[in-house]
Amino acid sequence: MAAAATGQHKLPDLPYPYDALEPFISRQIMELHHKKHHQTYVNALNAAEVAYAKASTPKERIALQQALKFNGGGHINHSLFWVNLAPAASEGKGSGGALKDGPLKSAIIETFGSFDSFKKEFNTTTAGIQGSGWGWLGVNPQTKRLEITTTANQDPLLTHAPVIGVDVWEHAFYLQYLNVKADYLNAIWNVINFDEAEKRYLEAVGK
Amino acid sequence: MITTATRTFVRPVAARFAVRRFAAPAGSASLHTLPDLPYAYNALEPHIAEDIMKLHHQKHHQAYVTGLNAAEESYSKTSSPKDRIKLQAALKFNGGGHINHSLFWKNLAPANAGGGKLESGPLKSAIEADFGSVDAFIKKINSTTAAVQGSGWGWLGYNPDTKKLEVVTTPNQDPLLSHTPIIGIDIWEHAFYLQYKNVKADYLNAIWNVINWKEAESRFLEASKQ
Repeated sequence: MAAAATGQHKLPDLPYPYDALEPFISRQIMELHHKKHHQTYVNALNAAEVAYAKASTPKERIALQQALKFNGGGHINHSLFWVNLAPAASEGKGSGGALKDGPLKSAIIETFGSFDSFKKEFNTTTAGIQGSGWGWLGVNPQTKRLEITTTANQDPLLTHAPVIGVDVWEHAFYLQYLNVKADYLNAIWNVINFDEAEKRYLEAVGK
Repeated sequence: MITTATRTFVRPVAARFAVRRFAAPAGSASLHTLPDLPYAYNALEPHIAEDIMKLHHQKHHQAYVTGLNAAEESYSKTSSPKDRIKLQAALKFNGGGHINHSLFWKNLAPANAGGGKLESGPLKSAIEADFGSVDAFIKKINSTTAAVQGSGWGWLGYNPDTKKLEVVTTPNQDPLLSHTPIIGIDIWEHAFYLQYKNVKADYLNAIWNVINWKEAESRFLEASKQ
């Protein structure tokens, strides 16, 4: 996400149509999630940035931090999210869900034992978030190792370089999966954009 | 503190509607149970949909009850401070979820059982004294609750130190500890999304048609006499 002039952030277009992730994520969810939820973060981030630019005291600026973090994080997280999803290869629609042999696959197997072990740990950790938040596969910048971590609410991932992010706010799945978060977390792996994930991984490990 | 020599299961049947009596007698691990709703699942229509009430009660609240029982059982099996501290998050999240939802079902009521009707009386007077008017109060609790950044609850609470009514929020399933709960409003997305989608403000307007003001006044009278 390129730095914008103050208060000029824009909702990025989805890289695919609203129904492209069916049947794993419904068109209805994608429309609301993008056009309503993400748009709201963009609008509020712009307003907070404008207010921050007008603020003249440290106290005023500190008072705006919460709005900047929540809406800035919402914009960052969702921008990463749309790009790390792709129409499903299993549906013949794209490359979503297909993890090719390569550095990312090797790193996952080396770190977690197998892809299935990774997915199981990721889903368990993400489902265990007590409230709203995000599950992440990230690269630890010190060790350059892959790690699973979570962030609360719309906190952006700061401790690791994001490789894959999964939204577990209820708006991300409830209309389709109701309370059965686990079914959403199983389904989403069919539409994870592993090509994008590998690009992020390679950049994070410095290759 | 739950310490066990022998474990007996005490089912607090009488305590099902007495939401304060969650404490187990010392020396036993008691099973918490999902309280029945005081009304039918469709009773809060059209303000809160039947399908929401069913999922919210039978799935979400039940999961907190189940999780709380499991966490309490684990807690009773260990005497290590470190292990107990590790269990705090599960106890707070599930315990808070059970407390909050138990309060919630009771502070809602269908229109034909007084839902939405605030009669003249001590609570109405206190709201007017502390907020200026009932409308001003509702505006304040709705805007404060809508502004929760993530999951959480909006509350009308009685501040035991200042003896005033205040609007406060709690994140996630944290129970309200700083005030005596008078009215709680669930603003987790599962509480409204199927019906109101992203339009939280419409849910927050609609819910005032089914707030159980009689229960709220009863809580206020008990809180304010202490």
